[in-house]
Amino acid sequence: MSNVPTPDNCATIPMSTKPIGAGDAITDHDPKLFRKEIIREIFAGSRATIPMIVGAIPFGIIFGTLAEQSGLSPLGAIAMSIFVFAGSSQFIALGLLAAGTGPLMIIATTFIVNLRHLLYSAALVDDVKHLSGPWRALIAFGLTDESFATIADKIRKSDDEWRKKYVQWFYLGSFSAMYGNWILCTIIGITLGELFPDIGNWGLDFAMAATFIGMVLPYLTTRPMLACVLVAGAMSLGTADMPHKLGLMVSALSALAVGLSYHLISRKKK
Amino acid sequence: MNEALMIAGMAVVTFSIRYVLLASAGHFTFPGWAKIALDFVPPAVLTAIIVPAVLMPNGNSIEFNLQNASLLAACVAVIVGLIRKDLLTTIVIGMIAFGLFKWLL
Repeated sequence: MSNVPTPDNCATIPMSTKPIGAGDAITDHDPKLFRKEIIREIFAGSRATIPMIVGAIPFGIIFGTLAEQSGLSPLGAIAMSIFVFAGSSQFIALGLLAAGTGPLMIIATTFIVNLRHLLYSAALVDDVKHLSGPWRALIAFGLTDESFATIADKIRKSDDEWRKKYVQWFYLGSFSAMYGNWILCTIIGITLGELFPDIGNWGLDFAMAATFIGMVLPYLTTRPMLACVLVAGAMSLGTADMPHKLGLMVSALSALAVGLSYHLISRKKK
Repeated sequence: MNEALMIAGMAVVTFSIRYVLLASAGHFTFPGWAKIALDFVPPAVLTAIIVPAVLMPNGNSIEFNLQNASLLAACVAVIVGLIRKDLLTTIVIGMIAFGLFKWLL
């Protein structure tokens, strides 16, 4: 069968049918077996992300539903889910659009809101630095809160060999499931919004506030965090009259400064 | 046109943040204080969004009273979130509370 000599004795697949991802670090490996393992890891990655996906479904749908009434076209909403792929900043963009904020300010706010993803890439970099440039770019593109949580958990539980060989395939499974679901839910939401034009009166916009409240609460375990949140809240009311929604950035940065200073001072005392 | 520009900008900014460290492949590492500072970013930003949305539902004046359905529902969401510590429950009950208060008031 095989016309190519391979180090393995069970090579039945010609080397010309390269498994996806040949060219990665693994060379002395049976391609057929490796392909099976790749598929196994992709599925495992998708499966491990299911709980996160269930949580993301309502947000995707609500995002799509609220888009049009906030002033984002249906096409724009889909494009945002495809190209930006960052739930909370997409929601915030809708809120800012509805308030008549200009594109530059929305982009600047997106930057601040998504800065937390720096932490995720910092945590992952040691486990993906052996991968090729395109792989790292793909991993970066899909680095949502959900996929990060999934892959970080898996890496923590796995050995070095798995990390070297499979981390990108597992991630691919997690990412594609999240991505496909996010786009699909956006489309479902847009459709719902068009079917029920009075959906704006259903109070769905409160979903964003409720979501963010649920996301902030787990942080409130230390005094610096509490101080940070109190400053953010107070400043946001005090700066509400600032033009171009600048108040959001001013409040967030002051709160960050207070939280960080408090943290550093209280640590020095000990 | 403005919309395409905005989406492109958001996409570039988001991807750059996620990519910059992975691109450097570990040649660049964060100073410790910067890591701590990043921890404060999500609660700071999210709170600065929630508080005006809840206290100024009409966008111009603070409505700190019992006629404000978002304020009441936000209180319910905080209490549920503190007790159950589960995001989905917090959202669902918060939204039901909001619908209820809006209907009652």
